[in-house]
Amino acid sequence: MHELSVTENILEIALTHAKASFAKKVTDIYLVIGQLSSIVDDSVQFYWDYISENTICAGARLHFNRIPANFRCIKCNHEFQMKNELTACPNCGSMQTTIISGEEFYVDSIEIEKEVEKSI
Amino acid sequence: MSAIRVPVVEKIFSANDRMAELNRNLLNSHNIFSINLMASPGAGKTSFILETIKRLNHSLRIGVIEGDTAPVTIDADKIIAAGMPAVQINTGGDCHLEASMMSDGLNQLPLDDLDLVIVENVGNLICPAAWDLGTHINVLIASVPEGDDKPYKYPNIYRGLKVLVVNKTDLAPFVKFDMDYFRQGVEMLNPGLVTFPLSCRTGDGFDKWIEWLITQVHAHQQTS
Repeated sequence: MHELSVTENILEIALTHAKASFAKKVTDIYLVIGQLSSIVDDSVQFYWDYISENTICAGARLHFNRIPANFRCIKCNHEFQMKNELTACPNCGSMQTTIISGEEFYVDSIEIEKEVEKSI
Repeated sequence: MSAIRVPVVEKIFSANDRMAELNRNLLNSHNIFSINLMASPGAGKTSFILETIKRLNHSLRIGVIEGDTAPVTIDADKIIAAGMPAVQINTGGDCHLEASMMSDGLNQLPLDDLDLVIVENVGNLICPAAWDLGTHINVLIASVPEGDDKPYKYPNIYRGLKVLVVNKTDLAPFVKFDMDYFRQGVEMLNPGLVTFPLSCRTGDGFDKWIEWLITQVHAHQQTS
């Protein structure tokens, strides 16, 4: 959908935190993305390679930690995982469910390199 | 060189969310209630706004922010012709409005003279759902000719709604639309969602929406 905008935001966040830590280079970006956030990993990687060029994030690897969508039934409290489509509660058949996980959408951490301070 | 892991834990849309919060604060400081109106292209968003303006008959002062991907002013022109201030925001091809665009729109509206700001988002059932604009509620217009399977195919947009409008009910005899199947999908995504089936063309069902809207605006103005 809007992977370019998403990727720009990821770069901005990574650069801000890298600079605050006096990084010379960012090597890895760890993302946490819920199943319900409709983002295509390959598209983000494609845009990433393009927009991170000429920044200290150039060449950094993107790691996607995908969180499955889990629901809880409002009526019987049964917890279940969404496979493909919306389903009623497999335990009691109720249509009323609430999301427990799957909406995550954040940058968890980055891995950076610093110049080692010279001794003496 | 030494590798170091730096914890970040920052939402990818945090910059947008901060701007959205500023927009909401600005609206609250002017005692304005605001609606983010979303729908697919052709569901009747602009007709719905025009009919709302007409029925309110100046009992509420309304400003409208019109979002479109193309550089056109078709929608804003219609609102202005109906006697209300409107701003056209062109997203330059983007598929949705973001909080910064909403901010641009708000800066061009006479906020001291408004009770309600309606934001007409870009016609799209996917992307607008992901961006908080700084409005107070999300409203979706589904329309009967689009089909009854839309909640199942575009679940994310239904989850964040405060109100659902089902437009073009006058076309129900001519197209296949199973209201029970549609409502079942909505119920799974957003239990108990306030829903107004109506027709902008015939006016059927519109009174209930207007009544609800006036109540919401007044309640907001008393608390903000």
